[in-house]
Amino acid sequence: MHVSRLHCRVACLLQGRCVVLLHLPLSRSGFTSWIMAQTNSSGQGTNGVADESPNMIVYRKMEEVIARMQDEKNGIPIRTVKSFLTKIPSVFSGSEIVQWMMKNLDIEDQVEALHLGTLMAAHGYFFPISDHVLTLKDDGTFYRFQTPYFWPSNCWEPENTDYAVYLCKRTMQNKARLELADYEAESLARLQRAFARKWEFIFMQAEAQAKVDKKRDKIERKILDSQERAFWDVHRPVPGCVNTTEVDIKKSSRMKNPHKTRKSVYGLQNDIRTHSPTHTPAPEAKQPTEEELQEQVKLTNKPPILVLKNSLLGYTEQYLEYDPFLTPPDPSNPWISDDTTLWELEASKEPGQQRVKRWAFGIDEVLKDPVGREQFLKFLESEFSSENLRFWLAVQELKKRPIREVPTRVQEIWQEFLAPGAPSAINVDSKSYDKTTQNVKDPGRYAFEDAQEHIYKLMKSDSYSRFIRSSAYQELLQAKKKVTKSNKPQSLAKNI
Amino acid sequence: MCDQTFMAATFGPCDSCSKPSPLMNIYIKNEATNYCSLCVEMMACQGLQKGETLESLKRESETLKKKLEEERNKLNDVELHQVAEKVEVLSALSIKTRRVLKGHGNKVLCMDWCKDKRRMVSSSQDGKVIVWDAFTLNKEHGVPLPCTWVLACAYAPLRSLCLIMNGYLGLDNKCSVIPLSLDKNENLAAKKKSVAMHTNYVSGCSFTNSDMQLLTSSGDGTCALWDVESGQLLQSFHGHTADVLSLDLAPSETGNTFVSGGCDMKANVWDMRSGQNIQSFESHESDINCVKYYPSGDAFASASDDATCRFYDLRADREVAVYQKDSIIFGASTCDFSLSGRLLFAGYNDYTINVWDVLKGTRATILFGHENRVSRVRVSPDGTALGSASWDSTLRVSWSFSTGSNYIFRFIKLLFWVNSRLVLEFTVAF
Repeated sequence: MHVSRLHCRVACLLQGRCVVLLHLPLSRSGFTSWIMAQTNSSGQGTNGVADESPNMIVYRKMEEVIARMQDEKNGIPIRTVKSFLTKIPSVFSGSEIVQWMMKNLDIEDQVEALHLGTLMAAHGYFFPISDHVLTLKDDGTFYRFQTPYFWPSNCWEPENTDYAVYLCKRTMQNKARLELADYEAESLARLQRAFARKWEFIFMQAEAQAKVDKKRDKIERKILDSQERAFWDVHRPVPGCVNTTEVDIKKSSRMKNPHKTRKSVYGLQNDIRTHSPTHTPAPEAKQPTEEELQEQVKLTNKPPILVLKNSLLGYTEQYLEYDPFLTPPDPSNPWISDDTTLWELEASKEPGQQRVKRWAFGIDEVLKDPVGREQFLKFLESEFSSENLRFWLAVQELKKRPIREVPTRVQEIWQEFLAPGAPSAINVDSKSYDKTTQNVKDPGRYAFEDAQEHIYKLMKSDSYSRFIRSSAYQELLQAKKKVTKSNKPQSLAKNI
Repeated sequence: MCDQTFMAATFGPCDSCSKPSPLMNIYIKNEATNYCSLCVEMMACQGLQKGETLESLKRESETLKKKLEEERNKLNDVELHQVAEKVEVLSALSIKTRRVLKGHGNKVLCMDWCKDKRRMVSSSQDGKVIVWDAFTLNKEHGVPLPCTWVLACAYAPLRSLCLIMNGYLGLDNKCSVIPLSLDKNENLAAKKKSVAMHTNYVSGCSFTNSDMQLLTSSGDGTCALWDVESGQLLQSFHGHTADVLSLDLAPSETGNTFVSGGCDMKANVWDMRSGQNIQSFESHESDINCVKYYPSGDAFASASDDATCRFYDLRADREVAVYQKDSIIFGASTCDFSLSGRLLFAGYNDYTINVWDVLKGTRATILFGHENRVSRVRVSPDGTALGSASWDSTLRVSWSFSTGSNYIFRFIKLLFWVNSRLVLEFTVAF
């Protein structure tokens, strides 16, 4: 075991050197990317490009897991397996990984362990020794750890020329295990066409590489070859496999200009700070004024959290029977039964009992449901006090209008509900009235905000509770019960 | 098509130096003014009082923030899962994926449900927007777009006039609205109308209970509210220090607020009327990819690259729960609540959807199936199904097969009760 670890380390070192060889004469950018990778992996560039990579946070976490897997005591035992006349160095089996994960990572389910393992394999942290498809199988398939040099956290963006050298090199080593797969042969042919002019050069590179490889110890070479292959399996995956090095396009745009000043068309405060030469990520967008902070502190002076959390529990409890994920809906979930009765019922003007029951939960429930609004309005009309609701609805509708229509609509609402001698005058407290009078002179979508809030409170405390207690509402609730009962056998019969 | 109306708002003479240049719409004492970037900088520097430097202001803001944190912690009495101890345990959920929508040629980046509960719209990196009838698996419209980075899409609330919104990454960061018609042969792309424009990519969009207003979030660190008809900017929202990745509108009829989250690891709650940032939450350790209101509107959840989802109570003004697990190491990209708010569906970069029990803080179940990152999950408007979009170029619809498991639970409870009565009577008889 120790010997194999040592091999690994030597392999890592050697590999480093050979890649230098590989990159130096080829392309400048390749070399710089190598330098970048080096400085980052040496741990100095914590704020460098590496940490800007959106995938980095995940790489670091996976590397932590890998470190635990490689732990002398509690890790996965690495062994050398003898098969016929050859030795397979530094391997462990797929089922060993799965078992280790279930034991050490708080995973109860074997499927989940396999899933996570497959993802880590797809990122190339460990790989099947004789398969281009990087998945984890829960059986005796042999796996090997990747050398940290090839980890994706080194921000590899290998170029096609490198890939060409690698493929070319493979054709020079007359070994069955190094034979090109079909897709690789295709890539090689394509690259050869693309780099026709450079090809002699690439060929020479490959030759030099192959020579270096030949001088190596046999076992060490075996390990190195497989690690190199796995690296390319990550960066040039088998067609149909996910390329795990892809990043979210939203985040990649940020990564490419890490020090780009974020300018906004309308922004002000932030921009100044980003323009300063010693740019550090600003801790706060806007310097909160003392008043604002006082306001925020005041916000926290609210009822004890226990009460508030109970209200969250209360909400969930109350709506549990309306949640199709937890309670099967009546008559049936259309997605299961292929029967759209539920949606037709919801769209119909005849509200079911469950729906009517919901109106009693709060005034917002009534106002949200078009049928509820209608019934509420009907009730208020019977009480000759429908103007409050009509005003509230009109203002609500005003906010949804295109801006072009707002001024005229504001005037209309004013004339109908608030102006002296209005046909359906509403009663608003003097403070809101004064403010609204001011607002109407410069009409905007929120001109009636104060008046609307006043009316809302009024409706909530007064007419809404009377509506819920009213015989009209109770009748609706009872009537629908009967209807649904008499309907049920029919719908059942239909299902049968 | 309507670009001119919009251009007027972003390019023109500066109100201060009157040179024609790109303008920043800024607010000075709530009055909208258009300044060029130079004048904005000059003005901001004048704003500093004597003896004040950026450093001293930063320090002051830090101490004030600390104070605020202390105040918040004073009220930190119990955790949500402790309160929820008495709540019934969810019986085994059985959620299965039964529909796979294939048709996109590249990563699906966003999806949204139509209010009719069965249609959905999806946008993909192949530059196409598709309107599906997820119930019958039919593709109703396919809209090819000139740009491949269609980052977001949304359905307008009114069914009669279904609108789609696209965010582009590239030279033009525009949002367009496309009116949908019943005529399948009509060229929809020709009816495209630009509504909004940002200086960086548009990451999210939402209609505000009306086809006439559109709320967008952008990589330029702002959110903005637009008038769809004229393309006029109604309100802009400044406060994030980095890309805004997601926004969600308060669910209640009267709610005039929305929440946004972004790369500055902050989730901000905004007042749509004034443009003020009313609350701000900072406890994630990496980019916030998605924010979603709790159905009551009193709380919201966020999904982040730090592999956690968090739950914030707005009235308590603090984080009340963290949803995480040792075995979940990949970032969460999206989340949504079930109708009752008891379940939180969260899509992850490890191709799975984890379903969390919001109250208990435990994982209720996990959904496998997607073969690449899950980019978006959305519960249908009536809560009957869960739609998910993924980089594997498919959309999937899943729903619950739990047949009255809660009733079974109650039945067992009843049985216990009856049993205990029987035992009691039995002993009495003896």
